[in-house]
Amino acid sequence: MAREIGDVVLDLRNISLRFGGVKALTDISFDVREHEIRAIIGPNGAGKSSMLNVINGVYQPQEGEIIFHGEHRRDMDTHAAAEAGIARTFQNIALFKGMSVLDNLMTGRNLMMKCSFLEHAFWFGRARSEELAHRAKVEEVIDFLEIEHIRKTPVGRLPYGLQKRVELGRALAAEPKMLLLDEPMAGMNVEEKQDMCRFILDVNDQFGTTIVLIEHDMGVVMDISDRVVVLDYGRKIGDGVPDEVKSNPEVIAAYLGTQH
Amino acid sequence: MVATPDGGALDTFPRLLMHHARVRGDRPAVREKDLGIWQTWTWAEVAEQARALACGLAELGFKRGDRLAIVGDNRPRLYGSMLAAQMLGGIPVPMYQDAVAAEMVFVLQDAGVHIAIAEDQEQVDKLLEMKEQCPELQHIVYDDPRGMRHYSQPFLHSCDEIVAMGRIHNTNHPDFIAAEIAKGAADDVSVMLYTSGTTGKPKGVCQTHRAFIAAGEGGRVIDRHSEDDEVLSYLPMAWVGDHLFSFAQSIVAGMTINCPESGDTVMTDMREIGPTYYFAPPRVFENMLTQVMIRMEDAGALKRRMFHYFMDVAKRCGAEILDGKPVAAGDKLLYALGNLLVYGPLRNTLGLSRIRVAYTAGAAIGPDLFRFYRSIGINLKQLYGQTETCAFVCVQPDDEVKFDTVGKPTPGVEIKIADNGEILVKGPTLMKEYYKRPDATAESINADGYFMTGDAGFIDADGHLKIIDRAKDVGRLSGGAMFAPNYIENKLKFFPHVKEAVCFGHDRDEVCAFVNIDMGAVGNWAERRNIAYAGYTDLAGKEQVLDLVRECVEQVNAELATDDMTADTQIHRFLVLHKELDPDDDELTRTRKVRRGFIAEKYKVLIEALYQGKTSQFIETEVKFEDGRRGKVAADLAIRAAKTFSSAAAKKAA
Repeated sequence: MAREIGDVVLDLRNISLRFGGVKALTDISFDVREHEIRAIIGPNGAGKSSMLNVINGVYQPQEGEIIFHGEHRRDMDTHAAAEAGIARTFQNIALFKGMSVLDNLMTGRNLMMKCSFLEHAFWFGRARSEELAHRAKVEEVIDFLEIEHIRKTPVGRLPYGLQKRVELGRALAAEPKMLLLDEPMAGMNVEEKQDMCRFILDVNDQFGTTIVLIEHDMGVVMDISDRVVVLDYGRKIGDGVPDEVKSNPEVIAAYLGTQH
Repeated sequence: MVATPDGGALDTFPRLLMHHARVRGDRPAVREKDLGIWQTWTWAEVAEQARALACGLAELGFKRGDRLAIVGDNRPRLYGSMLAAQMLGGIPVPMYQDAVAAEMVFVLQDAGVHIAIAEDQEQVDKLLEMKEQCPELQHIVYDDPRGMRHYSQPFLHSCDEIVAMGRIHNTNHPDFIAAEIAKGAADDVSVMLYTSGTTGKPKGVCQTHRAFIAAGEGGRVIDRHSEDDEVLSYLPMAWVGDHLFSFAQSIVAGMTINCPESGDTVMTDMREIGPTYYFAPPRVFENMLTQVMIRMEDAGALKRRMFHYFMDVAKRCGAEILDGKPVAAGDKLLYALGNLLVYGPLRNTLGLSRIRVAYTAGAAIGPDLFRFYRSIGINLKQLYGQTETCAFVCVQPDDEVKFDTVGKPTPGVEIKIADNGEILVKGPTLMKEYYKRPDATAESINADGYFMTGDAGFIDADGHLKIIDRAKDVGRLSGGAMFAPNYIENKLKFFPHVKEAVCFGHDRDEVCAFVNIDMGAVGNWAERRNIAYAGYTDLAGKEQVLDLVRECVEQVNAELATDDMTADTQIHRFLVLHKELDPDDDELTRTRKVRRGFIAEKYKVLIEALYQGKTSQFIETEVKFEDGRRGKVAADLAIRAAKTFSSAAAKKAA
């Protein structure tokens, strides 16, 4: 393999997150290394999505510390996270349904558009050349994800599997260093899952993007991830390479239940 | 043939290419949509690319007479590699890109290929898989480097690498290619096209430069193709149709080839390019019309009424106006209005706005379908030919287009009808031979030099050729009446709801049929009637669908009854198959022709059930999925009887 797993880029230390009296996450620590595919798994309500939301700054944890690229911070904020190269997709697709695939992908470039609102509105000065450059980048993503045929189709008219692919495309359009995927394969059929797996592996391989993903399909997780962290009731119960995690008694208990 | 200023004849494709590079070097030769933008290569650039590629191939050890396998979608580089091989006196062998491994292995082994050019990772993977079985295959060159980073095999090369190597070679030996081109002769084999083989193993058809240039010249003379024409190349490169209408025609006439972005975007790409010249087998025209009809059903009431009203006008006088025949002034006015409101926008939607001439061939086209396109102002013509004749034997001249013939012989072509009704052809476009198959060559070209087409037909009063069926398929009912299965099947297939049909009747007392419904059309039809269905098998078994098909069959029977020749071959019973006939299951050829014998063997129980007069029959069939897995489909098929008509009554009604 060409990609080599590098140093720790994101270190989460003793994270606790509460909503009033509800403890969503309790004292969770794990790290993410550069270029790796890191999976977060766990039963429903284990706190997986909350964990992603902490990473890209949607939630601010009450306790704990986040070290991102060597920089200590108490919490992230969403804008800072995006500027630092973290992009994500959502469990429930969050695209602009009435807009075309192309326009949706262009929104992924939003942060990098430097011209003023007025310049864009009147299409003068740098606005034109800037948009052309962004469009070229977006076209590369379209080519990469093989969605040329739906370039001009409104997203709302697309089948679910393709919408998921478009959402991945929008995240990729931001040229992220780290990609957070919240259940990228939920609700897909086998063929769509295979396609999505291939795209995730290709992204990781070709662009060296670090990927943190939540997924329920164990087959997929064990196949594509380098390391897996397991959550249950907001606590971490396992962490390691897929084989280790698979044989961890606590993980088995959480998934299959224990005998009493 | 035109001669160049320096006296050399333009009798091979590389010489023509160099001629274009000199005369119209700045004109576009090839376009490809890449990353959303149409990229253009001029004739000069194409010539330079092909020269560099040729030098690179020579460095890899490609010699005169070697075969170069080419597999992939229509890409400028792949067309370029054909020219590169021809420059070196080699023979390009394009292969079907969707062929399964076993079919590709046969071609690679048969042609003794040393070097193969593949479009992308998918095709490279296929070639790697079969490399063990093809010990002669030494090098694989790929065009698209995507996903290829981790392939470290020393025999794999990227096209860019070969071109770079070739450029260096060209600098060191600037006269090499010119000398190689000079060695070429018009009677050298320019390409080997494997026939899809309705029976037996595929055969490599060797065609010469002279033959394909003659075919291209013929097209240029009859339909006045010029450098201003544009063609969209989207059909498999291994098919003779694409080789003639994209490759040969473009290089003879100096016109532009346009390669679509991907197979899924052909319709959009076509609208963007607006080709002036278009070629498609009937099923593509049929799909287009089905799409239009489905979308019209979904349109608002006003638009729908307008569409139907003006389509009636077009039906009445559209074809006549196109042919320049006299038409009543009122109709002329209405047609002009219709052109503004309906036909023009429709042509635009289909990407046919700029079409000067469109051809169809490969199978019979339904008269309604054919009239539809002509009536909205598209100069659609039929032509006739096969791989062995460069697909160029007959073509309908302007103003003499008839829906049931394939036109008159092209310049230099002679046609004869044998005693058994078989069509015999002689002319400049005739193949040289089948590769390494003197036995097959001797079987298909008779002592007088006529090619035996295997098609049965006759020449009508105006000198037009009319095809009835495959000569070997024409059989007799046990009552003695002539039975032409294709003729009946085509009548059935002209209904939008019927995708495929297979008729049986040779040595039987009556005719029975298998039918495949068209999933798109019937699915839409069912949705409109609130008929729920789970998939093809379920839909095909629905009571209402069977009634729909029965109506089609009965209409065909009524038509058959009007002619004494065919009145006895009306369909008595039919069934709707539980699965679609598929080339992956060997039931159709890659060009989607029915493999009659194979189907008769595979579905023997069903045929017996049809003739025993049963009302239903259980069957389980193995199917191959696209990814190579296998599965089973089982169903209880209902057998229905259809009304037949006595010929006297039918005539009276007519």
